[in-house]
Amino acid sequence: MADATQFCTFYLNKHFFGIEVEKVQEVFRYQEMTPIPLAPPTIKGLINLRGQIITAIDLRKRLQMPDRPDGELPMNVVIRTPGGAVSLLVDEIGDVLEMSLDDYEPPPDTIEGIARDLVRGVYKLEGTLLLILDTTKTIDFGEPVNA
Amino acid sequence: MDEMDAIIGEFLVESYENLDQLDLDLVKLEQNPKETSILASIFRTIHTIKGTCGFLGFSKLESIAHVGENLLSKLRDGELTLNPTSTSALLAMVDAIRQILDCLENERNEGNVDYSKLVETLTRLQNGESVEVSEIDPAAAKTASTETVAEETPEPVAEETPEPVAEETPAVAEEPEVAEVVAEATPEPVSEDDDSTVEVEQRGKDRREGDPVKEAEHLAQHGERREESQRRQSEPQKSGGGVADTSIRVDVSLLDTLMNLVGELVLARNQILQYAPESRDSNFQTTTQHLNLVTSELQESVMKTRMQPIGNIWSKYPRIVRDLSISCGKKVRLEMQGKETELDKTLIEAIKDPLTHIVRNSVDHGIESAEVRAERGKPEEGVLLLRAFHEGGQVNIEIIDDGGGINPDKIKEKALSKGLITKEQAARMSNREFVNLIFAPGFSTAEKITNVSGRGVGMDVVRTNIEKIGGTVDIQSVYGKGTTLKVKIPLTLAIIPALTVATGGGRYAIPQVNLLELVRLDGAQAATKIEKIQDTPVYRLRGRLLPLVYLHKELGVEKVDKTDVINIVVLQADDRHFGLVVEAINDTEEIVVKPLGQQVKNISAYSGATIMGDGNVALILDVMGLAHKARVISQTQAKMRSETHGDGASKEGDRQTLLIIGLGGQRMAIPLSKVARLEEFNRKNIEHSGDQEVVQYRGEIMPLIYVGSLLGTSSGEAESREELHAVVYTRNNKSVALVVDQICDIVEENIKVKKSGSRHGVMGTIVVQNQVTDMLDIEKVILSVDPTFFNEEVAGLLEGN
Repeated sequence: MADATQFCTFYLNKHFFGIEVEKVQEVFRYQEMTPIPLAPPTIKGLINLRGQIITAIDLRKRLQMPDRPDGELPMNVVIRTPGGAVSLLVDEIGDVLEMSLDDYEPPPDTIEGIARDLVRGVYKLEGTLLLILDTTKTIDFGEPVNA
Repeated sequence: MDEMDAIIGEFLVESYENLDQLDLDLVKLEQNPKETSILASIFRTIHTIKGTCGFLGFSKLESIAHVGENLLSKLRDGELTLNPTSTSALLAMVDAIRQILDCLENERNEGNVDYSKLVETLTRLQNGESVEVSEIDPAAAKTASTETVAEETPEPVAEETPEPVAEETPAVAEEPEVAEVVAEATPEPVSEDDDSTVEVEQRGKDRREGDPVKEAEHLAQHGERREESQRRQSEPQKSGGGVADTSIRVDVSLLDTLMNLVGELVLARNQILQYAPESRDSNFQTTTQHLNLVTSELQESVMKTRMQPIGNIWSKYPRIVRDLSISCGKKVRLEMQGKETELDKTLIEAIKDPLTHIVRNSVDHGIESAEVRAERGKPEEGVLLLRAFHEGGQVNIEIIDDGGGINPDKIKEKALSKGLITKEQAARMSNREFVNLIFAPGFSTAEKITNVSGRGVGMDVVRTNIEKIGGTVDIQSVYGKGTTLKVKIPLTLAIIPALTVATGGGRYAIPQVNLLELVRLDGAQAATKIEKIQDTPVYRLRGRLLPLVYLHKELGVEKVDKTDVINIVVLQADDRHFGLVVEAINDTEEIVVKPLGQQVKNISAYSGATIMGDGNVALILDVMGLAHKARVISQTQAKMRSETHGDGASKEGDRQTLLIIGLGGQRMAIPLSKVARLEEFNRKNIEHSGDQEVVQYRGEIMPLIYVGSLLGTSSGEAESREELHAVVYTRNNKSVALVVDQICDIVEENIKVKKSGSRHGVMGTIVVQNQVTDMLDIEKVILSVDPTFFNEEVAGLLEGN
């Protein structure tokens, strides 16, 4: 199983996503956050994670998906990045799955929209596809936010 | 002997640590006999122990360590190879050392165990002789030792072991009271050790005769060792000099971690403090108080560990100035004041480059060449003065030169030609503002570009760097006389006092450094006091226009609070003031500054975030950023000057801070230094003592003086109002309240009395903020009411005369 990788999986608008498990610091339920006026809408706010302040990014917004229905609280997937921890807000957390490279394929060119940039690859599962997020690109908004 | 105990204690702790390491190393070495680095480490450890105990006068210990060291040195040099016998012998030596240390710790002497056999064994091993394993069985040594201790046999030290220290202080072996021995031995520790080192060298020679190469090597090593042992000695000596604790080297990252942890603790403390008043448990309350105190002290202590004197970075300036002045052909004398002023290490690092740049600039551009100076009638040698001091929780650094100063006209010309300012702007600007233009990006007035400075990058970078760490930089220059650069930076960055405000449902922290005052308008005031120039709201703060910035508008959030109360936080950005309108003003709190993630770092309105007492996150407002965003700063006309409008006038006269009061429509000034406090009294609290109106004030009876009616300028306003504004004057524990109509402002002015006083109670007339203002002769006013006020002071001083 040398070519197998473990992924932390989650759901976003009924799509199934995964992030390499070693990039994930922790996963926790919804927590109150402080909104940041002037920040782009993708940034939901700041969270106090045991004394550390981390930025929460709304993945639905980031992936240009429709907003989460009212009343549904997102979950936090905290990933480690060179610039400190960042929380990704997702709909629901899935299992940690071990995937074999045999099932891997690069994303088809026909994927549309921003997903094309942010999805690094696809694992074929029975009945569904696991989309692997490029975390570096996900948290990098390119141009500095100008306020 | 307490000092000695402390030293011995340290020696013990250190040696135990070393011995534990030694055990590990020896075993490792046995598995890897070729590993010279391990051998070297063992050698060093033993050498350290030997050196220290030689200094402390533990001759027995030294003798053992000494032979061990000799054996190790041969092993290290490859003369001998390590075999199980020698390993066992070395381990036995480690055990023996440990035993003596135990003895030292418990009984304060080296014990009476005979180690001569061990010493003999080690010596024989070192000479390449074979040794029976049984002789060096560490366990055997242990049993023997317990036996001998029980018998309490005085022990002669092994004869064949050279024992320099023991020979000099033979008492050691027999004398059970080590304390005394130590006392004898300490006065000349260095000479003792020197002797022993010499001895070692001789021994080395003896043994190595006929091998000059080895001999030289050996000598070289001993030279090294001698240095090392001397260094070793100097440490405990220092501690013996009176300070019980010695300094240690600590990784800065460890201090950073510690600082972070203390930050967390401060947050937790704040949280607890918030809940404490709700609890009825008095135990909990006292504990909370205690926690509060301890945390504050801890925070202070940890901060102190990070503090470094500014002299650390100044120390290289004499050289820089010297080199630079020679290459520029100038004579410059560098003076420094307040080298010991301390500030946070990260800040020291941050200001290093900007400061160096300023110093270079001053030498290169500021101070004139000797000939020019002579022409201008100045001493040939220019003086560059660096001054650092603490003031108001900030570190002030001033770089003062007595050079040519900055020509405002030249700056103006240049700024116009470079398009930095428009003609209209220039017309409105004061000389001071022109001078400050040198901080504008892309500005350089140097006529010729030298390799030192004058490329147009520089001062703006200096300013940016200083502002980055929450500091400010200001320049004052008198053309022909010299230039003064004032840099103000916070003491530390990690934990700062801040005011928390609320707007649009969010909470924000404003660093106290930027805060000037708070103004609250309610009811009718709120509706009328805010005026508008075009669409820009302004407020008349003591007669001057204060541009207002609405926080909710700047942040683009919805206003939640619908009441008509207006809270204005008066802030300072650069030397401009503006009012930030917020919905609520909460409290001041010590906050821990945390950086923002890279996704939001670029929003100029925030400088960071912090965790509040309730565990939620609040954003820290960047006052400079906000001011820029609201374009308070870039608009020269919106500037509210805190200093004189007059341009060249600021060169003469003493700079003084004045309190401006209103009396029957007139303005009067009182030097702030004469004012103890400003108070408001309610008419209800006024009592009478004879004809005199008095109030009870801080446990004494304070007379009221109506300055207006006294000077005949009264409008009767002060006498009839419910709330009285008073200036409290205190001298020799006696206070008097001067009742005035209005407290207008506090200004810093260059006092130049234009006209001496003609009226009663007026010292003279000056011009403040372009208005003629009478200077109140406060002492005369008091005297006219209470002629004994100062008499008693004198009488009091003369002890009842």
